[in-house]
Amino acid sequence: MTAQQPAVGASALFLGFLKIGLTGFGGVMPFARRMIVEEQRWLNEAEFLDVLSLSQFLPGPNIVNVSIIIGRRFRGAIGSVAACTGLMLMPLVIVLALATLYAQLAQIEAVRGAFSGVSASASGLILATALKLARPLKQQSWQIGICAIAFVGIALLRVPLLWLLAVLCPLSIAIAWWRRG
Amino acid sequence: MIHPVLVELAAQFLLLSMLSIGGANAIIPEIHRRAVEVEHWMTDADFAQLFALSQAAPGPNVLIVSLIGWKVAGIAGGVVAMLAMSGPSSILTYAVAHAWERFRDAPWRIATQRGLAPVTVGLILASGYVLTRAADQSWIAYAITGATLVLGLATSLHPLWFLGAAAILGAAGFV
Repeated sequence: MTAQQPAVGASALFLGFLKIGLTGFGGVMPFARRMIVEEQRWLNEAEFLDVLSLSQFLPGPNIVNVSIIIGRRFRGAIGSVAACTGLMLMPLVIVLALATLYAQLAQIEAVRGAFSGVSASASGLILATALKLARPLKQQSWQIGICAIAFVGIALLRVPLLWLLAVLCPLSIAIAWWRRG
Repeated sequence: MIHPVLVELAAQFLLLSMLSIGGANAIIPEIHRRAVEVEHWMTDADFAQLFALSQAAPGPNVLIVSLIGWKVAGIAGGVVAMLAMSGPSSILTYAVAHAWERFRDAPWRIATQRGLAPVTVGLILASGYVLTRAADQSWIAYAITGATLVLGLATSLHPLWFLGAAAILGAAGFV
């Protein structure tokens, strides 16, 4: 909390996050940063990074958590509801409309083909995201080991996520604690 | 009268909400495991097409959840799945965000963050693997996945260029 914190109303939060939801394709976080830090100046760069790292650390969709935290910061519970609703409402309406339309058009060979192409490419995008996130792990070899166990357990052995997290998270945090400093 | 499948959807995604450390991309393998392998709600190909649809629409990655719900129980299913997925985690975030900022430099928080990071990276890698296996039925499809991966790492082109080019190749009947 800083002295020069701007006054942001619930309707501004709703509209700001509405814009983030509608402009973001293939992951909305870069658009969120631009709107929140550069255009509206609700937060400075360092404050945004703090909110982002907390959002990634807590369970839940990251951008939804960002909307909850920023909404609360300016307007409490009303602000969180306004920001989160603004973020999700239109994308939800649009994607369900697209899905209904797609169900009608799926008999057309070219439409099915186009979506097969998109799904192949989208898989590549997720792999690229994962490898970018993996780069900083190289500094600590135990982290690569934990990452490999998570991958093998989920992708190859198809262990239920709850079991894997119940074992691997405490183990990994314990190693991080032991190797701190 | 609430349809039992809506209750089932809500129960699945209420739990997944609290397991989704690392965000929506990290729980795709678990959604796939339940929707395709355990519940038999859809085929591999259906799952891949829904994922493509979620990427082609504007909005957060978590929209895949609403499409799974839609496939199982229509519009109501889509809304229920999304509310269930966002509810518990949002309430938790609302409750702890404020207190958490005070512990920013506490050693236990840094250790927790450092411990969870490699787990989430492993989960997102697994998402890429599961989606590739579900989506790619031809060598051209694997080539598109590979090309997107390499270009995604090597360039800063907007993802829509890759998706658009792949859609054109697919519509032309190559995939």
